[in-house]
Order: sequence, then structure tokens, then C-alpha cells
Amino acid sequence: MCLGIPGQIVEIADAATNIAVADVSGVRRKVNVTCVAGDDVNDLVGCWVLIHVGFAMALIDEDEARKTMETLVSLGEAQEEFDAMLAGDRAVAGIP
Amino acid sequence: MKYIEEFRDPKAARGVIDAIAHAADEIGATRDAPVRIMEICGGHTHAIFRYGLDKLVHEGIEFIHGPGCPVCVLPMSRVDECIEIAERPEVIFTTFGDAMRVPGTGKSLLQAKAAGADVRMVYSPLDALELARRNPTRQVVFFGLGFETTTPSTALSIQQADREGLRNFTVFCNHITVPPPIKALLDDPNMVLDGFVGPGHVSMVIGTRPYDFIPQDYGKPIVVAGFEPLDLLQSVLMVLRQIAEGRAEVENQYARVVRKEGNAASLAAVHAVYEPRPSFEWRGLGEIDKSGLRIRDRYAAFDAEVRFGVGYGAGPRKIAEPEGCSCGFVMTGRMKPTGCSMFGSECTPETPLGALMVSSEGACAAYWQYGGRRQAAETELADPR
Repeated sequence: MCLGIPGQIVEIADAATNIAVADVSGVRRKVNVTCVAGDDVNDLVGCWVLIHVGFAMALIDEDEARKTMETLVSLGEAQEEFDAMLAGDRAVAGIP
Repeated sequence: MKYIEEFRDPKAARGVIDAIAHAADEIGATRDAPVRIMEICGGHTHAIFRYGLDKLVHEGIEFIHGPGCPVCVLPMSRVDECIEIAERPEVIFTTFGDAMRVPGTGKSLLQAKAAGADVRMVYSPLDALELARRNPTRQVVFFGLGFETTTPSTALSIQQADREGLRNFTVFCNHITVPPPIKALLDDPNMVLDGFVGPGHVSMVIGTRPYDFIPQDYGKPIVVAGFEPLDLLQSVLMVLRQIAEGRAEVENQYARVVRKEGNAASLAAVHAVYEPRPSFEWRGLGEIDKSGLRIRDRYAAFDAEVRFGVGYGAGPRKIAEPEGCSCGFVMTGRMKPTGCSMFGSECTPETPLGALMVSSEGACAAYWQYGGRRQAAETELADPR
């Protein structure tokens, strides 16, 4: 929960509500970017961010993203995050 | 050296480990009279065990594992209240997976789910918002759990629900904050700590200023750290150098993510939605002043405590720990997990009795996963009662 996961913003889904799409290790997820948005949310496309429970909480560089992902994989936390994302998708879809 | 080849840069790690040994010798730290450094964050606890950092460093360094796992400090009464809400027929109760197996006095959320309550594991409060949109006839409750790292996510979700006029979404707020328990630990007359490794991602939100009281009022160093093993080693070295040089300051080893002033947008949302409770109960630490958050009256429509009449302050609910459980002693650094008579016997990650065995960030689960299991087996062999 506290480690988060890095991702790259690939598009802005809804600028009014600060919802973007991030690529997290090849998986596209909607994330809220309120905490990292500057004057124009569209400027975030291409940026790397640290994502905590669906919210981008910090801008990071690509090297930091890579190192963080390596640490998460090593700790077993990356898989936990992906499992939690899938569980969330199932919960929303009403799949037991 | 055990584990060191797993480091991305073993040579750099060796250099820092040597420098730690030099600083520890300079201070005069020994196995019998160690320098005691508390890592506050549960993620750091996990990393220390995963990389065997406690075994790699000079024997005069002792890591004390702090109260930084939000699931682990959750009192049983909070779990009972979750279940009370979740068992209402109109409720869809949503929670991070970590909280599912935490034992309440009667059952866990997982057991409540098995018995028919609509409890759903989600990744994000955004999932709970989406459930509320899709299920307008149900009441969707999100279990707001965690330190300052996750608090902005629920604050922003409440604000989004308010903008949309979603009247079937509430948060059961049990958010807690890091600085008050540090103060409580420092005020404890039995306190034995010499310095702190500060949490990385909590500090990403709140910045480093909230820790100023630690050097200023208590004369102890704190170094905010990243999560890579080399980050942690460098932070330990920075704490030791402060001690060796007679300094006590807030230093930031994780400046590539943490800024002194924190994250303004996060702090603004948290301040708009939440206010401190007069006090809040922590498992193993008791009531701590201004250590928990409640939803402000402005957003009362999104407060599960208000909607269901359940929760903190609704009545006397103080409930003892399970008999024989030593989570409180472990959390305050007065006992190692292996010192608990339940460790590895009655209490395992599969059947946790105490909260520290539930989450991968809990000290007991970390001991079990990375070495305690072997130690417990050896103890059993030596003492086959």
C-alpha cells in the first residue's frame, strides 16, 4: 500500500476530473492526476509518475521509475499491486 | 556476505556498509550496547528483512521496527465496526485487500464475506466510486485506512463524490498520521531509541517540516529514506554520522521524490476534507492525541460514521488484545517477534492472531517470511513440548 508503483501517463481521459491513463508495466490503468497536475493537465502526457492506490502522487524520472519497479519486483510488491488492481476490476464488475 | 550480490550495485553497498561499521565503531556501538534506530515505515521493515540489512550492518546497529503498518496498528474494535457496517443488507463494503484478514473480536472481514456480507476487495477508492455509480440502490462504503500516503486519495474521492452528487458513497475514516505516535514513543520513559529512519512516501505528501520537533525537542536525528536497499543503508549511515558529530537534524536522503514542503495539492485536499480527532486508539500503543482524522462537517454526507451511527466515539469499545498476544510490546521495540510465545505456533500468516502477522509490512510476518520460520522450527526441535 505504501510503496506504490511507477507508470507513464499516456493520455488524458478526462481533463475536467483529472483522470489520465497510465501505462503500468504494459497494463493501461486510469489514474487520478490531481496531485501532480500543473497549469495544464495535458502537459503530463509522457511523464513518469509514482501511483498510489490509483492516484499519481509524485513526478519521477524514467530512471527512478525503472529502479523503483526493480525494487518492487524484488520485494514481491509489484505482483501484489497487479493482483490488487485485478481484484478491484472484478469488484467493480460484480464478479465474485 | 549474505544477500549483498542481489544489490543493483554491490560495490556501492559494500562501501556504505564499511562506512556504517566505521561510524558505529567511532560512536562505540557494540552488540551489548547498540545504537537503536527505528524505521517507522512498514515498507522499510519489509525491505530490511528482504535484503537482510539487519544482518549486513555492523553488529552494534539494532533496527527497531516502528508502528508504520496501518493494518497492524488497527484495533480489533475498528474491525468489528467494519463488520457491523458490512453486514447491513444495503451495504457494499469495499476495502484494500490488506485489511481482509485482520482479526476482529468475532471474525475478520474475510469471514464476514464468507458468511454472506457483501465485502469487496478493491485497489483504489476510485473503484468504490465507480461501484457507487453503478449501484445507485446500494450504499457503497470505502474503508479509509492508512497514513498520509493514502489519505489524499480518499479526500479527493469524497470531493469527487460531492461534485457528482453521489449520495450512496461514504468513507469509514480510520486514517492516521505519522508524527503523533513518534512523539508518543519519544515521551515514553522506557524509550531507548537513538534515531529514526523516516518514511519516504508519507514524507512525499507532508514534506519534512512535520519532523522538526524530533531534533528540536528531543535531540534525535531523523533521515527520510527511499525504499531501495542502498537508500536504507545510506540513511542509516546519515543517522550514525549525525550521532558521531553530535548533530540532531532532519535530513532528506530521498530528495528525488520528497520535497521539504510536501505535495501542495494533496495537503489542500486533506485539509479541506479532514480534521484531527481529539485522540485515536492505536493497537499496542493505546490512545494518542490528535493521531487520527475525521471527516469535517462540510462533508458529513460522505461520512459512514454519521450515516450508520457506527464508529469512533459512538460508544465505549475498548477491547483487549487476544490473550497472550504481544503485538504491543513488539511495536514499541520492547520485544522481538520471536520472543512472543504465539509466534509461529498459534500465530502464523495463514492463521494470524495478532495484527503484526497479517500484513507483509508487519514485523512478525517479515520475521516469519525471511528467517523466523527457520528459527521457529529450530526452537521447536530444541523444545519439543
